[in-house]
Amino acid sequence: MSREPCAVIGVGQTRHASRRKDVSIPGLVREAALRALDDAGLTFADIDAVVLGKAPDTFEGVVMPELFLASALGAAGKPMMRVHTAGSVGGSTAIVAAHLIQAGVHERVLTVAFEKQSESDAMWALSPRIPFQPTLVAGAGGYFAPLVRSYIQRAGAPPHIGVEVAVKDRLHALRNPYAHLHMEGIDRAMVEASPMLWDPIRYLETCPSSDGACAMVLASERAARGAARPAWVRGTAMRSEPTMFAGRDAVNPRAGQDCAQALYREAGIDDPRRQLDTAEIYVPFSWFEPMWLENLGLADEGQGWRMTDEGATALGGRFPVNASGGVLSSNPIGASGMLRFAEAALQVRGMAGEHQVDGARNALGHAYGGGSQFFAMWIVSEERP
Amino acid sequence: MSIPPTPAGPALEFDPPLSPVMRIDCPVRLDYTIAAGREQSRFLRAMSRGHLLGRRCPECRKVYLPPRGTCPRCGVMTAEDVEVQPRGTITTWCVTNVPYEGQVLELPYVTASVLLDGADLPFYFLIQGLPADQIRMGMRVEAEWADTLGPTLDSIRCFRPSGEPDADPASYAEHV
Repeated sequence: MSREPCAVIGVGQTRHASRRKDVSIPGLVREAALRALDDAGLTFADIDAVVLGKAPDTFEGVVMPELFLASALGAAGKPMMRVHTAGSVGGSTAIVAAHLIQAGVHERVLTVAFEKQSESDAMWALSPRIPFQPTLVAGAGGYFAPLVRSYIQRAGAPPHIGVEVAVKDRLHALRNPYAHLHMEGIDRAMVEASPMLWDPIRYLETCPSSDGACAMVLASERAARGAARPAWVRGTAMRSEPTMFAGRDAVNPRAGQDCAQALYREAGIDDPRRQLDTAEIYVPFSWFEPMWLENLGLADEGQGWRMTDEGATALGGRFPVNASGGVLSSNPIGASGMLRFAEAALQVRGMAGEHQVDGARNALGHAYGGGSQFFAMWIVSEERP
Repeated sequence: MSIPPTPAGPALEFDPPLSPVMRIDCPVRLDYTIAAGREQSRFLRAMSRGHLLGRRCPECRKVYLPPRGTCPRCGVMTAEDVEVQPRGTITTWCVTNVPYEGQVLELPYVTASVLLDGADLPFYFLIQGLPADQIRMGMRVEAEWADTLGPTLDSIRCFRPSGEPDADPASYAEHV
């Protein structure tokens, strides 16, 4: 299957915060889009199509937000579409945009994802009243906490691993001016002292609620000519599976494993542990770092927590994970997946500033959503495929 | 370490200056009628008689409770009703301490994945009747039925420890 090369030539994101009262939703997405266009040296006039993503409409109560955001994103008279795959949507939105380039349909595509949690109630939206059933599951934490407990049991992981990830990602965030949380002096004692919200998940082992947006300009080989530092899309993959079926392993889902293996095949990567330099992995609760390291094949099953414990996943370690601070430091839900993809691109472009991983050539961006059932991933490279 | 300014369009100016509208609340409401479907209707009617009626896939032979009209794995119509026992084994659990909009239960409360005897996948239930720090994987629990039964899972008030010895870990290992 032949594909046109696709490059990331512009990256933009907002300053993420719990309340961006200074901007409306259109203002928020425009802030990210203008920064991405500025980075690419382009204007809205240069864009062929816009691909927008966000998490469920129930969050802000704005149904089909792509309709009212078209003008803010310069989409008048152009193809525009909206992608929706729950929390993985930021990733799958970028992939849909990349495919429009790889298929040779467009030369320059603007892709944007956002969430304005201050205008929404995600906890309410994620605690649905299902007909004929009592309401038991309290938000995303209520769903994921039992899976974390299963992981700890299966892997025999010591309890401090979740605390370590929570501290490490917040220390990384101190180097990222866009991050929502800048927690000077964060340490293990602070995390351990924070309330247990969904046992075994503590408050500080949980992502914040953020307002924010992310945007990228993707370009064909021809349109990327002249771009100073493109990040080349080396491979993309998406997989999904049902929330519940007999024999499902929700801790280490088959869809995630299959997605990673398909991604490595497409990217021509035989040994991801050696060939990848860094990863931005969707970790909304700290224990998901070791869980996804195993799911992605970057650690053996039951051993992911050892990478965290050895410091391998910290900046300066042998495989830095979430150098940007990750979802644990900024969580505009719909944009969180695209931020992982965009931060991976910044790393291989050498443009990650103070959270740059030295010599990063190949980086993985990862997003997941629903009940650990939707996966979207890409690998970007400084080298043209 | 700084954030570059956002390239901006021309600012809107009003004379005299207006105070900005920062926020309005717009409550959203959605009323709907749901058709439970054939298999779920049979399940709900059985609930109102104090029975748990699952459904078996003819291909993989797995039993689903609540039942499914089609097997999520095999994609074929399920074919056979199977009675599932109102007791089972806790495979994992969570203690919820966080208040939220729409919350019905008093905090903290314990929910657990319970693998019911005769079913092939666990389902979430409320657990009561013991302190949260005594709950464990493998614990055996049984349903406490509500005083009034109806076509809803609310017919089971909660699960409580049954007093049986803990289940053999091998019996639920693949569900943890």
